[in-house]
Amino acid sequence: MHSSTSWLARPFRERATQLFLGILLASLATVTLLNLALPAGHPLHVSTYTVTLLGKYLSYALLAVAVDLVWGYLGILSLGHGAFFALGGYAMGMYLMRQIGDRGTYGDPVLPDFMVFLDWDSLPWYWLGFDMAWFAFLMVLLAPGLLALVFGFLAFRSRVTGVYLSIITQALTFALMLAFFRNEMGFGGNNGLTDFKELLGFDLRSDATRLGLFLATGIALALGYVLCRAIVASKLGRVSVATRDAEARTRFLGYRVERFQLFIFVVSAMLAGVAGALYVPQVGIINPSEFSPIFSIEIVLWVALGGRATLYGAVIGAILVNYAKTVFTGVMPDAWLFALGGLFVLVTVLLPKGIAGLLAYRVNPQRSARKPDDPSTSPREVSA
Amino acid sequence: MSFLQSLTDRERVFDFLIPASSPVDVRHGPILYLEDVTVSFDGFKAINDLNLTIDDGELRCIIGPNGAGKTTMMDIITGKTRPDRGSVWFGSRHNLLAMNEPDIASLGIGRKFQKPTVFEALTVFENLELAMAADKRILPTLTARMTGETRDRIEEVLVTIGLTELRQRPAGILSHGQKQWLEIGMLLMQRPRLLLVDEPVAGMTEQEMERTAELLTGLAGKGKQSVVVVEHDMGFVRSIARTVTVLHQGSVLAEGSMDQVSNDPKVVEVYLGADPDEEAA
Amino acid sequence: MTISPCLRRMLVLFLLAWLPLAASAQDDDGQQLLQSLDAASFTQMGEAIEAIITSGDERSRGWLEALLDGKLQRHKETGRFVVVLENRGRDWPVADALTGEAIGEMSRRDLDRLGINNALRGQLQSALAVLDLHVPETRDRREAARALLGDVDASLVEPLEAVIRVEEDAEVRRLLEQGLAIHRLEQGSLEAVASLQGSLNNRVRAALNSAARSDDPALAEAASVALADIEQQMKLNRGLETLYFGLSLGSVLVLAAIGLAITFGVMGVINMAHGELIMLGAYTTWAMQQLLPGQPGLAMVLSIPAGFLVAALAGIAIERGVIQFLKGRPLETLLATFGVSLILQQLVRTVISPLNRTVVTPEWMSGSIMINEGLSLTLNRLYVLGFALVVFAGLMLVMRRTRLGLEVRAVTQNRAMARSMGIRATRVDIMTFALGSGVAGLAGVALSQLTNVGPNLGQNYIIDSFMVVVFGGVGNLWGTLVAGLSLGVINQVLEPWAGAVLAKILVLVFIILFIQKRPRGLFPQKGRAAEG
Repeated sequence: MHSSTSWLARPFRERATQLFLGILLASLATVTLLNLALPAGHPLHVSTYTVTLLGKYLSYALLAVAVDLVWGYLGILSLGHGAFFALGGYAMGMYLMRQIGDRGTYGDPVLPDFMVFLDWDSLPWYWLGFDMAWFAFLMVLLAPGLLALVFGFLAFRSRVTGVYLSIITQALTFALMLAFFRNEMGFGGNNGLTDFKELLGFDLRSDATRLGLFLATGIALALGYVLCRAIVASKLGRVSVATRDAEARTRFLGYRVERFQLFIFVVSAMLAGVAGALYVPQVGIINPSEFSPIFSIEIVLWVALGGRATLYGAVIGAILVNYAKTVFTGVMPDAWLFALGGLFVLVTVLLPKGIAGLLAYRVNPQRSARKPDDPSTSPREVSA
Repeated sequence: MSFLQSLTDRERVFDFLIPASSPVDVRHGPILYLEDVTVSFDGFKAINDLNLTIDDGELRCIIGPNGAGKTTMMDIITGKTRPDRGSVWFGSRHNLLAMNEPDIASLGIGRKFQKPTVFEALTVFENLELAMAADKRILPTLTARMTGETRDRIEEVLVTIGLTELRQRPAGILSHGQKQWLEIGMLLMQRPRLLLVDEPVAGMTEQEMERTAELLTGLAGKGKQSVVVVEHDMGFVRSIARTVTVLHQGSVLAEGSMDQVSNDPKVVEVYLGADPDEEAA
Repeated sequence: MTISPCLRRMLVLFLLAWLPLAASAQDDDGQQLLQSLDAASFTQMGEAIEAIITSGDERSRGWLEALLDGKLQRHKETGRFVVVLENRGRDWPVADALTGEAIGEMSRRDLDRLGINNALRGQLQSALAVLDLHVPETRDRREAARALLGDVDASLVEPLEAVIRVEEDAEVRRLLEQGLAIHRLEQGSLEAVASLQGSLNNRVRAALNSAARSDDPALAEAASVALADIEQQMKLNRGLETLYFGLSLGSVLVLAAIGLAITFGVMGVINMAHGELIMLGAYTTWAMQQLLPGQPGLAMVLSIPAGFLVAALAGIAIERGVIQFLKGRPLETLLATFGVSLILQQLVRTVISPLNRTVVTPEWMSGSIMINEGLSLTLNRLYVLGFALVVFAGLMLVMRRTRLGLEVRAVTQNRAMARSMGIRATRVDIMTFALGSGVAGLAGVALSQLTNVGPNLGQNYIIDSFMVVVFGGVGNLWGTLVAGLSLGVINQVLEPWAGAVLAKILVLVFIILFIQKRPRGLFPQKGRAAEG
């Protein structure tokens, strides 16, 4: 851990990260193979529909990794990460809307359909530039990053932490949801942005593009994971854990805690934005419901179920919960909220270390019986 | 604070985030002045017109009954609490009241808390690593590498505090006494000019106490560190003290050698006399 | 209370149908009165109308209206007077004019219409207007007088003046005089302006408005001055109305948040299921009304203890089942109780219905109090406002004056010390949580009168409630009251200017910024205990 290698190279020398990357890349390859090489009728064939579904799970997994970075390692429970995800999604959605060109229902070469419908005669200024891919992709990072920077700057400077921060992050995403519901905002209101045609010239409905998006999401997850791992394994990661467990003490050691918090918060928000941007072309729509506080809390559940402060736990949790959601809502839609609610209670009460905690126990019962890297058992400054 | 101001605030960081380039000016003798400091909580004066001077290289013990203002005084020096009135200077150049906690820490004031506070999820080694004097800005921290030199320095301190064997264990499993030692070790890593040590021997055995006394007296000295110890244990204070300051109701009641102080009738009345058990201990 | 003429007519017919005995005694008089209407000349007919009005016969309104509409007709062969109910097609359904009973259909060719001319039409119209001024109920007379404003014409001046002379109620007289003044103003009378001064009625303002544009400069000037005066009054009214709506919204926020102020502020427990406890209170009210059909008032009163009890029991279940295992882990508590909130919502959806339920407003809570012509306060909001204050006062009493309150405060400040003094901290936890939850139930009972009762009811209030508590300063009930009321008013002040949604967004952003500036809220707790 205290190697003299460069911080970015460090994760590749960790066995756990190697294992994670190995499994992830092998899964990507397998799915690709089963999708391309086998005929549609074959029992092992993975349909393009399933590929896109898996791609959606992977973008959620990246989002969960971003949340674990701030919650697991920094102790900041953000109940508003859905906002960063959605902002990244909207930035991508705006690019995709501009790509439609004159193929919309109203055939306006510049204005998206909903603006024509609202009788707008020109693009609002904040839509300018979104016809260029590089600009839109930059915005995928900048829009959530800037929001996190301003919000975090204010919050951490005033030392708003603990449940207060959780509550105001929730209020933030709620306010944004209300704002994006308004037609006057110029983001399609209730319906959001949809009817996308192509991305970088690739037809979004073609099987090849869908597979490509799935792979891109998988690669993004791998990169995001390595980035987070590199941060966590660096000295900065240890300062972060120190901040989580004893903020005041860290300050007395000479660290400007609020800047470290801000740095990690912004990095996490940007990762969430990337996840949102990869999510949108796969599901084909972005609307204000992604801003809903419920969604943001759900992300936290994924992380809690997987086991926080592990990163890989977040990935497991996100995929498991969303797979369960797909199955449940298909078979017994009414039972899903019961299951989700029950999961919240069971995980927090009975499984505070999540699935990762169970795995660690199976691998090495003695080691994990000792006090491990577990935030829930160490004394924290409770600001309630 | 406006955004612009915060930008200038950023500028300010550069001055002292490299501690070596910001020497404390002790040419006039004292390393710490507190002058007419007053602070009150809801009308209760925790510190009342406090005047205190610590010389460079001095080892000073501060005693006083509960509620005398000892911990509040430390809070003021380290920037955690702002006084209502008064001035606090570090050497003759740095006004501590204009700085925040990390600035003050970077300047070379280290503090050990009353309740030992170590980072329980991190290993003993990592605790010391974080405490080490280094560039503590974000990017240097992110890209920091472990050099042989720093490793040696940490090993050295591990030997001093007797935790070499436990260096890869999480600090959370240490005993109370070991945590006290680890925290003192973290202070040493900071290479501070001034150490504020709040009740260092609480919960220690007789032997541990002796070693602590040895360590603290070894630290203090001209051109080395100055040490301020707040302690309840009179035996311990007697074993290390050269000068003792007695605080009472937020101001200095008496100051002098341990013998002078313990014979002072005022001190006997408010402190020793009021609680004879303390002296016996 | 304006009932359409058609409806009123039906009402009269309906009443008559139920009074056959009374009707038979009057039949001779009635027949005679109608007979005289069927006169040779319009002059005689006018006299007959006069006679009908003065007769005080309760059927006269129906006759006159039918006459005005050309629906009072005489059967050619029998001479029987009938009221045509529907004059379309060849055969018309008719009712007996004397008894009001429907008597089947008659061919239009067998019927003779009692025709009238324009003069009679005018006489009838004013007669009908004046007729309502003779009813015994003062409220109805005021209503009738108000309806006359702006509709007074020359033919009415004399009868109205007659009415004013005998009218006992000052308000009715004032309204009638205003009605006459509007008429005189239309004729160009300058003095009329003075008697219209300060009235907030729309018709009065319309009349003054047209007078202000009149060719007579003196009249125009006087009318403009009077209008400006009225405008001032209206502004004040609008201000008061905004304040009232703001306080009403604020009282809802206070009710929703005050329980949270107990569980979050005093115990430090984040209960995300708080909103669903509110929802349970609202559903209790609905269930009460189902149990006591036709007695919404009684059900409402009984819902208050019942709602408290249901929510308090649910709260105890949450505390025992979940929260006690998560002591000292506020973020985990937040997540677990959020799970509980999902379960409760879905439970209501599955067991009752995903759709909104209607809760009836009892008679004594509906309607409004009229402060003046331009300002009336809806009663249900007034009740909720009062209820919120009562609940607040009650909570203050409990916390300040009872053993429970003392123990709660002791446990909050130093749990270990309180325990060593013999306070059973666990029991205090349960009681406190039950109290906070019960108050949420009360909020639900009140909310059922203002909003839809549905599974999402709680969700809509949870963020607002937390905002109020945090804004007011955690652990401070006064802070919650002030924060709730002021946020309500701020919201209402912003609303006309920014729109409802934007107002809400602005308030949220305001609070988010405020918390950055003062992390401990409006009224922070001070001292060492607050350091955390």
